[in-house]
Amino acid sequence: MTTTVTPAVLKPPTVPRRRTRKRWTRLVSPLVLLVVWEAAARTGVLPPEKVPAPSLVAETGWRLAADGQLTTHLLDSLTRALIGLGIGGSLAVVLAAAAALLRIGDDTIDPPVQMARMLPHLGLVPLLIIWVGIGEELKISLVALGSFFPLYFNTYAGIRDIDQRLVEAARTCGLNQWQLLRHVVLPGALPSLFLGLRLAIGAGWLSLVVGEQVNAQTGIGFLMMEAREFAQTDVVVLGLVIYALLGLISDVLIRFLEKRTLTWRRGLQAT
Amino acid sequence: MATRPASDLTVSDLHKAFGDTVVLDGASLTVGRGEVVALLGGSGSGKSTLLRILAGLDADAGGTVDVPPDFGVVFQEHRLLPWKRVADNVALGLHGADARTRALAALTEVGLGDRGDAWPAELSGGQAQRVAVARALVREPSLLLLDEPFGALDALTRLRMQQLLERLRARHGFAALLVTHDVDEALLLADRALVLESGRIAEEITVPLPRPRHQDDPGFSGLRRHLLDRLGVPAV
Ligand SMILES: Nc1ncnc2c1ncn2[C@@H]1O[C@H](COP(=O)(O)OP(=O)(O)OP(=O)(O)O)[C@@H](O)[C@H]1O
Ligand SMILES: [Mg+2]
Repeated sequence: MTTTVTPAVLKPPTVPRRRTRKRWTRLVSPLVLLVVWEAAARTGVLPPEKVPAPSLVAETGWRLAADGQLTTHLLDSLTRALIGLGIGGSLAVVLAAAAALLRIGDDTIDPPVQMARMLPHLGLVPLLIIWVGIGEELKISLVALGSFFPLYFNTYAGIRDIDQRLVEAARTCGLNQWQLLRHVVLPGALPSLFLGLRLAIGAGWLSLVVGEQVNAQTGIGFLMMEAREFAQTDVVVLGLVIYALLGLISDVLIRFLEKRTLTWRRGLQAT
Repeated sequence: MATRPASDLTVSDLHKAFGDTVVLDGASLTVGRGEVVALLGGSGSGKSTLLRILAGLDADAGGTVDVPPDFGVVFQEHRLLPWKRVADNVALGLHGADARTRALAALTEVGLGDRGDAWPAELSGGQAQRVAVARALVREPSLLLLDEPFGALDALTRLRMQQLLERLRARHGFAALLVTHDVDEALLLADRALVLESGRIAEEITVPLPRPRHQDDPGFSGLRRHLLDRLGVPAV
């Protein structure tokens, strides 16, 4: 009867090793791709005027960074993104909270938002130009518009999905409306808020790229547009690389924030 | 038995309907100061509905409700906030610098003084329910509203929890309205037992057994038989 029991000595040490190995194996395929790309560009398989070699892109990046151009463009783009995200994001959270928590908010706010959702906001560019002109306002409005919807819908769903029984229990502990918001509604909706924030950042960047191609004098989008006119493929690719890096960095930042604030979920997974 | 203590909770003529289904239809009851009253009734008879009304969680029910302001509630599920550590759950709604000390003291009373830093998800069902009891007790209420608090626990744990509640009551002297479908639990813990049927209190018996009680006590089985009959479970 007991002969089928196998000793459980062998397993545990392999687990952590497999984790670290997995980490660096994820780097292999991008590196291989990079090497293949470089080789193809050097040997002329890829025409240099269409696709520059990665080393050339890096060189261009270094040159532009050294003379300060890159920093200016990057800072301007980041500023626009942050202001737009701040305006669109806070508006989204406030309106979503009002719609999710108050019946009158739900009746007045949600229908128009649901209708506006169906409009592709980048299609509003002509109208926005008439309304706010072609200056900074246009870029910021576009980012705000782009980031508004994902954050609105996720916040709304996050609040609505909170277990009503938890709210009741908290009320029997004597919490007032404000304390309920702080101790139950906000932490309960936080995972959805983070998801909304991720999507909002993505949508915000996308909007900014489009916005910066309309009469901008600075910004990564402008840099790429200008480079296209002079057929500087390396600068165009550099711009794409920067967008990718910014996306990566914002994702890492949000992951970090999530880890700090959602520790209770890790506890949940551990059991 | 001649003088009943001054009443702590009085509700009369409660009415509640969900659409066309009338759940409460003129239910009235009182709970005296320091008294434990069990509320029995078949599944779906409206026990939880009644308790929710008493706890002020149902705004549109008819009737007069007079509940002391300092009451605590324990639900059938623990209903702890998963994003707060155990001690913070117990301290929820407490004010002042000694909030944490009081929470830890309440946790110690239910035997979980060392689990204050755990997440609710890390507790067993019985432990989580004890934390819920501590959360209700920490405000030192004069009345506890309990909705099948041990219904989801295994038989052994339930027995321990019943003894714990008995001890806590002896120490703190709170009154309690204990919703249960367990006739034995009612007879072990309650001074009186009420049966809810067709939306009103159809039966009220006093439980004159001396404490501490035991299922083998003389008189216990007679009362149990009577209540089971009343709940529609006749002897075979
Ligand atoms: N939110 C609701 N909407 C509609 N009907 C409800 C609602 N809550 C309860 N009911 C109905 O009211 C009746 C009483 O429900 P209640 O939960 O009070 O029963 P109970 O006596 O606590 O039953 P149990 O012992 O199974 O917990 C049931 O028929 C139930 O279907
Ligand atoms: Mg119930």
